[in-house]
Amino acid sequence: MSVTSSETRQRSWWRSNQQRLTPWLFLTPGMIMFALYVVWPIFESFRISFYDWDGLGEAQWLGWANYQELFNDRAFKTSLKNNVIWLVLYMLAVPMGLGIAIFLNQTVRGIRIYKSLFFFPFVISQVVVGLMFSWFYAPNFGLLYKLTEFLTGKGIAVLADPDLVTYGIIAAGLWPQIAYCMILYLTGLNNVAPDQIEAARLDGAKGFKMLWYVILPQLRPATFIAVVVTVIGALRSFDLVSIMTNGGPFGSSRVLSYYMYEQALSEYGYRMGYGAAIAVILFLIMMVFISGFIWKMVRDERGVN
Amino acid sequence: MFPRPVDQASSFVRTAYQVALPIALILWLLPLLGVALTSVRPSSDLAAGNYFGWPSAFAISNYAEVFQNSPIGRYIFNSFKVTIPTVIGTLVLSCMTGFALGVYRFRSNILIFFLFVAGNFVPFQILMVPVRDLTFNMGLYNTTAGLAMFHIAFQTGFCTLFMRNFIAALPRELIEAARVEGVAEWKIFWYIVLPLMRPAIAALSVLVFTFIWNDFFWATVLTTSASTQPVTAGLSSLNGQWIAAWHLVSAGSIIAAMPPVLMFFLMQKHFIAGLTLGAVK
Repeated sequence: MSVTSSETRQRSWWRSNQQRLTPWLFLTPGMIMFALYVVWPIFESFRISFYDWDGLGEAQWLGWANYQELFNDRAFKTSLKNNVIWLVLYMLAVPMGLGIAIFLNQTVRGIRIYKSLFFFPFVISQVVVGLMFSWFYAPNFGLLYKLTEFLTGKGIAVLADPDLVTYGIIAAGLWPQIAYCMILYLTGLNNVAPDQIEAARLDGAKGFKMLWYVILPQLRPATFIAVVVTVIGALRSFDLVSIMTNGGPFGSSRVLSYYMYEQALSEYGYRMGYGAAIAVILFLIMMVFISGFIWKMVRDERGVN
Repeated sequence: MFPRPVDQASSFVRTAYQVALPIALILWLLPLLGVALTSVRPSSDLAAGNYFGWPSAFAISNYAEVFQNSPIGRYIFNSFKVTIPTVIGTLVLSCMTGFALGVYRFRSNILIFFLFVAGNFVPFQILMVPVRDLTFNMGLYNTTAGLAMFHIAFQTGFCTLFMRNFIAALPRELIEAARVEGVAEWKIFWYIVLPLMRPAIAALSVLVFTFIWNDFFWATVLTTSASTQPVTAGLSSLNGQWIAAWHLVSAGSIIAAMPPVLMFFLMQKHFIAGLTLGAVK
């Protein structure tokens, strides 16, 4: 008798509290994984950046020394400069993606296949994209080399030229990124209110004016996402640098993400602390953008509720 | 529709558009076409300097050679061993987190949600040293399982964003009605919400599959040997060995690109639905 009563009490306790407890039970596995692999490592990297550590032995406290070293490190400055170039030029993907989306936003026969084929570069791994462009740029026989040789009499080996190499890699990176922005805008264009376009047409708006005053304001959500993914893509640029040049020639195409990897894990030595300090700087740069994005998203979320 | 449909334009514009389309496409895909052509070029063509002309013969044997002379079959298998568990694990975790954040109102809801969202944006390098260390200490360094574990955790952030928004858009009356009937919360999840999430699950599985298949950074950080490396990392090391053997590099690239490409063409609608989430309001 007493067993049944305690059982009913337990069940009724669960029943009255289950709406409060269920979300936490559902959140726990995901949160544990996320905390272990994403949240905690961020703090740990901050801590490691104050040490001299080879990844195996005893870590030695250094204070700010790693950061002071960064300040005088020419390779770090080159990487930082290249990151800025990446950020600025990568943004071209947004208007270029919009351009292609406008070009393809028609209803002629077979257009769906054209749209998916234009999107193709985004589906391919950046490793493969890097190999494709390395071949395109290859000295002596690469298509671009031949082309410049034909036009100017002297072929340009983009990936071997310290002044051009970063631009060459960015061009390779733009290819899939434009495709990504294009698909965002195609979806956006699909959802532009037709009656507004018709009304604007009756008012005599067309071409660029129509785009600027009627279409673009309606494409704002697409533009926001396109800018977010492009900024992240620019700061994450690791694969292409690693595949196409390994940071060379003479370290001139390094970016922070690659330089960090090189310092922490390459054959030149395992400088985990120094690598972590570079990662912290990269993280702080990214944080400026992340806080902006999140701030906007929170505002939108509040507006909806 | 913007721009004005070409069928409303003069026949000259219409024809011009029809001509411009294939030309633009060929120019756009030029690097890809070049590599595809090189992948079937006999090595004698390369030796003779025929890099861009039509191949003198179609050497499908390049593909056979890649499979025979390199561990690419193994790399592909490893990629599947990382990708498939990641897709399943991520979906299980994010269906649950998405349900919790999309259905229930509690004080820290929005904070937890934005923690997941913000986690998506962090640069990988800030995680690299501790994650490598963690994987090492768990005895999972240089295993496909260790790589999959990290991917599951990281992708859960992105998928939670997606799932939560999808569930929050479902009609609330469904859940309220079930509660009035006295249905247990977990049954609401299993019998009411989960069946409605099928489109979201389809979209995310294609998307996560492609992201993970194409991952290179974590593959190089967490795996080191041919028996565990996925195809992206494998291709990078093969590229180092096959200097100037562009026909092999090209064939290898095409092989590595195949699975996500097939996935994309088979499940295009879901793929684009996933990718353009939030691009329309």
